[in-house]
Amino acid sequence: MMTEKNINVDYLARVEGEGALRIHIKDDQVTDVQLNIFEPPRFFEAFLHGRSFDEVVDITARICGICPVAYQMSAAHALEKALGVTPPPGVRELRRLLYCGEWIESHALHVYMLHAPDYLGYESAISMAANPELLPVVQRALRMKKVGNALMTVIGGREIHPVSVCVGGFYGAPRLSALKALLPELKWGMGAAIDTVRWATTLDYPEFEVDYEFVSLSHPDEYPFNEGAILSSTGLTVPVEDYDQHYIEEHVAHSNALHSRRVETGSIYLVGPLARFNLNFDRLSPTVQGLAQEIDLELPVRNPFCSLIVRSLEMVQAFEEAIQLIEDYQEPHPSRAELPNPIPAGEGVHATEAPRGLLFHRYKVDENGLITFARIVPPTAQNLPRIEGDLWEYVPGVVGLPLEDATLRCEQLVRCYDPCISCATHFLKLDIVRE
Amino acid sequence: MAGAPAARRSSVRIIGVGNPFRGDDAVGILVARQLAGLDLPGVQILERSGEGTALMEAMQGCETLYLIDAMQSEASPGEILRFEAHDEPLPAHFSATSTHAFGVAEAIEMARLMGELPSKLIVYGIEGKNYAAGQNLSLEVEHAIPILVDRLREELK
Repeated sequence: MMTEKNINVDYLARVEGEGALRIHIKDDQVTDVQLNIFEPPRFFEAFLHGRSFDEVVDITARICGICPVAYQMSAAHALEKALGVTPPPGVRELRRLLYCGEWIESHALHVYMLHAPDYLGYESAISMAANPELLPVVQRALRMKKVGNALMTVIGGREIHPVSVCVGGFYGAPRLSALKALLPELKWGMGAAIDTVRWATTLDYPEFEVDYEFVSLSHPDEYPFNEGAILSSTGLTVPVEDYDQHYIEEHVAHSNALHSRRVETGSIYLVGPLARFNLNFDRLSPTVQGLAQEIDLELPVRNPFCSLIVRSLEMVQAFEEAIQLIEDYQEPHPSRAELPNPIPAGEGVHATEAPRGLLFHRYKVDENGLITFARIVPPTAQNLPRIEGDLWEYVPGVVGLPLEDATLRCEQLVRCYDPCISCATHFLKLDIVRE
Repeated sequence: MAGAPAARRSSVRIIGVGNPFRGDDAVGILVARQLAGLDLPGVQILERSGEGTALMEAMQGCETLYLIDAMQSEASPGEILRFEAHDEPLPAHFSATSTHAFGVAEAIEMARLMGELPSKLIVYGIEGKNYAAGQNLSLEVEHAIPILVDRLREELK
């Protein structure tokens, strides 16, 4: 007798935005996997048409409530290329420092508040915090995140959606004293991040490995944040300018979002912490590499559930770099490049490493400084087909479980990706019982 | 924490929450800006995106807090609802349906658990209609803004 089963998750909890998951199973075989996305960023792309180039950095920062810096960085770099502008000395370091703040914030949020409850058997970080034994863990997470917030406030002017980043540099650079004041908390954070790595190894991860194609930026001298060529674990290296010749987005029937693929091979690929880590391990600091050895982390990491450990290691990197960057900091004068007058028409392309992975921007600007074309490819759009691919492989192993357990396991797998499906809106969603 | 304006002690604080580029989601921010223009004595006004942990920090150090945010419920567009969140959690199912993984409702509950809630926390929700990218408010929400501003001005007297 044929048996059919559906795994349905109408609202995925603990992911950014709204998404629904549908998995169809027939005779213990997966016959369909669909991750539905309600809100692609292309509405933002359309919204940018006709806006002035100098509004793009602030507008795109609103696409994501968790990674505004990533959007600002990719946009600022791309528009600087379009206008032929080089930021003055010191801006590069300050941008890297700002990005450290965002990585700390985003990873602390995901590791502790969104991901850890899955391995500790809790519905949410709030229920975790209600257990007195786990309360200190949640408190540590909040304090780590607060350090990231503070760093972004000092550099960016506001902890979320920094306002000081502009095309050409920064409207204003922070004073050395303001940054130095953050050092004690950053040093505490560095220790807390190391503790986080050790704590992360105590969690029980499902055994599941995928033969991924990893894609991330790669820079010869540093762990990738703002600059680098696009490297694939298959060996393909392309400059960011050629990204959209090699990686394309396609419409798929079940989703509003475009799905990404490699052009030549049609293959799906993975961006984000695992890809960055595996492709750039030797450019992590000796501290981070030593920690990876201490916990016997086998490379490459192919288990998506272990992305929690990798995010923890990346937090150590971000804290350590932030401390170093502040110790070496010299206030940039000027803090931004002069822009050409009149504005030349041009096109610019850039990609940076958002906490969730490669974030690509392409813009065309006309001679009035207005945007005539915008393309934004966020990391989650690139990972969507990969998430579905993982589910095709993962579901047969959990299909024998009671439906409720199998559903939870699938949700947990989706959460490994920290998918940022749509975090551009922040309204309260209420179910009000009217009597 | 250095540089956090929210750490300043203030007896009454108003936080407008939202995204100014997402249609009616801007309403919390717009109400906060109008109230800031009134220069109400002893009232501190902040804007936040709705990211929960930043909101938890912004909630600290005041006795009375008003949070203003767009909401999506079964109310009619433009309808204003008032919740005494110091007394009880916001209505149901936030953890499952919040558009933010750790948003306003989570921040309130986490702060409650940690004993960090202001003694009075009033949440005003304005039912939104259009959340598309852009700066266009729906007429209903636009109409609700001066009503809520007047109501808050009265409440703060």
